[in-house]
Amino acid sequence: MKKTGAQILCEGLVREGVEVIFGFPGGAVLPLYDTFPQYPQLRHILVRHEQGAAHAADGYARATGRAGVCLATSGPGATNLVTGIANANLDSSPVVAITGQVATPFIGKDAFQEIDITGITLPITKHNYLVLDVKDLARVVKEAFHIAQTGRPGPVLIDIPRDILQQEVAFAYPENVDLPGYKPKFFGHPAQIKKAAEVINSAERPIIIAGRGVIISGAFAELRELAEKAQIPVITTFLGIGCFPETHVLSFGWLGMHGMAYANKAVHNSDVIVAIGMRFDDRATGMVSAFAPQARIVHIDIDPAEIGKNVRVNVPIVGDVKNVLQALNQQIIPGEHMEWFNQLDKWRQEHPALVIRDSEAVLPQYVIRQIYEVTKGDATIVTGVGQNQMWAGQFFFYDKPNSLISSGGLGTMGFELPAAIGAKVGRPEETVWCIAGDGGFQMTMQELATIVQENLAIKIAIINNGYLGMVRQWQQLFYGHRYVHTQLWGPDFVKIAEAYGIPALRVKDKVEVTPSIEKAIEHNGPFLIDFVVEPEENVFPIVPPGASLIQAIEIPKPEKVTGLG
Amino acid sequence: MAVTKHTLVALVEDRPGVLNRVSSLFRRRNFNIESIAVGHTEQPNLSRMTIVVEGNDAKVEQVRKQLDKVIEVVKIVDITNDNPVARELALIKVKATASTRSEIIQIVDIFRANIVDVSPDSLIVEVTGDEEKVNSLMDLLRGFGIREIARTGSIALTRGGAGPLQVEEVKAPKQLPKPSIREAETPPDW
Ligand SMILES: Cc1ncc(C[n+]2csc(CCOP(=O)(O)OP(=O)(O)O)c2C)c(N)n1
Repeated sequence: MKKTGAQILCEGLVREGVEVIFGFPGGAVLPLYDTFPQYPQLRHILVRHEQGAAHAADGYARATGRAGVCLATSGPGATNLVTGIANANLDSSPVVAITGQVATPFIGKDAFQEIDITGITLPITKHNYLVLDVKDLARVVKEAFHIAQTGRPGPVLIDIPRDILQQEVAFAYPENVDLPGYKPKFFGHPAQIKKAAEVINSAERPIIIAGRGVIISGAFAELRELAEKAQIPVITTFLGIGCFPETHVLSFGWLGMHGMAYANKAVHNSDVIVAIGMRFDDRATGMVSAFAPQARIVHIDIDPAEIGKNVRVNVPIVGDVKNVLQALNQQIIPGEHMEWFNQLDKWRQEHPALVIRDSEAVLPQYVIRQIYEVTKGDATIVTGVGQNQMWAGQFFFYDKPNSLISSGGLGTMGFELPAAIGAKVGRPEETVWCIAGDGGFQMTMQELATIVQENLAIKIAIINNGYLGMVRQWQQLFYGHRYVHTQLWGPDFVKIAEAYGIPALRVKDKVEVTPSIEKAIEHNGPFLIDFVVEPEENVFPIVPPGASLIQAIEIPKPEKVTGLG
Repeated sequence: MAVTKHTLVALVEDRPGVLNRVSSLFRRRNFNIESIAVGHTEQPNLSRMTIVVEGNDAKVEQVRKQLDKVIEVVKIVDITNDNPVARELALIKVKATASTRSEIIQIVDIFRANIVDVSPDSLIVEVTGDEEKVNSLMDLLRGFGIREIARTGSIALTRGGAGPLQVEEVKAPKQLPKPSIREAETPPDW
C-alpha cells in the first residue's frame, strides 16, 4: 500500500514503540503535523522552545531506557535543538531528533529557513541522515532507532525535506538493518575476562568505579554481585549515581572534583581499579598524570574508543557491561579485604564530606537533605547545573536504580525543567523533583507552560542564591573573590509560577523547609518552591582545576566558615 | 612516544557525506591529516580511503578507533608496520626553454617519469612513486622553475596474501543484536 513520507515516518515511530514526541511545529513539518491525527497513539507534547523538546526527549530516554523523540521544523527550529542534542551525545542518551528541511528543489539555495542541520550536528550526533528519497525513509527510521539505542547509545538526527514528507511510495517496514560498519561488541573477550578476574582476585586494595554505563546496561544486580562477592567498595562517577545503592555498606561515595574526599583518597591509593561503564572524564580523574598512580586498571566499556583514551589501562574489556559482568562474576573468588576496609573507614571518619553545618539560615544542603527525608529517597531527582547539582548529588542518597537525572558531560544549565518533563512523562507514577538553580531555571522556565498544558505533577525546588553560584564560587576561590557578572537579579518566582497557574511557596526560614516539601508532595499537580538560601554557600570538597584528586579543598574548619558565608 | 607517520586505510560505504564525516573528525579530535585519498574498490558501494597522519602510536590508535565509530566506516586498519606499498602521483608544470628542455627530459627519464604536455615555455611531468621519490624529483626540477604542482595523497596496499581490508560477505540478513539499553529495572531486588 502506498503511504506518504509523513505516514511512513509515523508508521516507523509506532513500530519502534514510540509513545511520545516532544515537538514544535513549523512550515517544513506541517505535512507531518497534518498527519498526526491519523496516529492518535503517538502522543505529541508541545514544548515552548525546541531546546526544551530535546532535553525532554533526553530526560525521557534516561528515565525509561528507550529512545526519546523530539521534533522541530527547519532552520531556527532545528538549530534550537542543537544544545539538547549535544547534551544527549556527551551523556550517551538515545535521542532521535527529527527535523523538517526545505523541499529538495530548494536545498542549497539559502531558501527561507534552510539550515544545513546534518552539517551542524555532524560532530554531536552518533549518526545523522538527510533523506533525499522517500524510498529511503522507512530504512532510515529503522536504522536511526537501532543506532540510537544499541551499543553506546547516542542521539541520531533525521532531516526530512518537506516534499519528501508529501511524496507517496509503497510502504514496507524493514525487519532488519544492514549496517556493515556498525557492529557493537556485546560480549567481552573470554581471555580478557579471565585476565581481569585474575587481577581482581589478587587485589589487595581494590575499588570499583562504576559509571552511567551500568545504568544504561541495566547491570544493577551484576554490579552488586561483583561488589559483594569480591568485597570491593563501589565508588561511582557523578553520572553513575544510582547504579549502586548509596546506603549499601559497600557504597563509598562518588569521585571527582566535588566527590567525597574519602572516595578520591581511596581511588588514589587503590592497587586495582575495576572501571565499569565510565570514561575517565577530567572532572572525575582530576590531573590525569597523578591519577591512581599505583593501580592496575581493568576497564569495561562498550565503546572501544574509550579504552586508553584518557588513562592507561591494563586489562581492557570491550562489551556490554551486563554481559561482561555476568561472565566475570563466575570467575571471581569470594574475597576479603579487611585491612583495606579498616583504612577506608578511617578515611571516611577523617573526611566527613557530607556534614551540614549548624546554621539558622536556609542552607541548600539542608533543603536537599530534607527532600530526601520527606520522600525517603523514593523519587526521581532531575537537577540543573552548578552548585545545586553537586548538592543534589551529595545530600540525597540514591538507593533506587537510575534515580538521578543530570547533565554531566555538557553541563547544560536549563536542562533541569525540560528534562524533568521528560522524566515525568516516562515515569508518570514517580515523584519527580526538579532541583534548579535560579540561573538555570531562568534559561528554560518557559516550559512551565508545557507542564501546565500537560498537567504534569512535577515538584520544582529552586535553590535561589541570587548568584550564578558555581561560577561565583570559582571567582571567590580562584579569582581573588572578584564577583564579576555573577550576581543575578531574578523575578519573583512565586508570582511567575502563579502566573502559569502553578501553586508556589517562598521559603526563607529553616523551619518552613520540611512543611513546604510535604505540601508540595501532597498537592496533586505541579508545585514550585522558591528556597531563598544562604547566598554565598560553597560546594565542598572541591578539587581545584588542574589539581590531583587528593588535593581537594575540604569543608573549612568552623572558624573559617564565617568568612565563606 | 615517538611521533611518526602512519598510514591508515579504510573501507567506507559509498554514501554522500562520508568524506566529510571522516575528515571533520580529524579537526574535532585535534589531529592533522597529511593526506587523504579516496577511490572506488573492487566491491560495489565501497570506497577505500588512504589517510596519512603524523602522531605517536597511542594518538593514532585513538583516531583509528574514533574513525571506526563512524557508521559508514566498515573497516579501518593502521598498515604502517605491515611494510605497505605506497604510491602517489604528481603532476609538475616546470618552466622549460630551448636550452633547458633536454636536461629536464634526462632527469625525467632517470626517474621513469613521463612528460605529458609540452608547450613553448613549459612541460608537464607526471611522476608516480613513493613520497620520497616524488620529493626528490621535485627538488631537482625546482632549479628550472616550477610553475604549478598537483599531488594526490598517498594510496597504499599491503604486500602478498590477503589484505587487512578484505571484508567477509556480509549480505545475508542477520539477527539484530539485542539492544543494550534495557528498561530501567524496578528496584525491588538489586
Ligand atoms: C548554558 C550554560 N551556560 C553557562 C554555564 C556555566 N555555568 C556553570 S555553573 C553556572 C552557574 C549556575 O547558576 P545557577 O543556575 O543559579 O545554579 P547554582 O550554581 O547557583 O546552584 C554557570 C553559569 C553552563 N554550565 N551552562
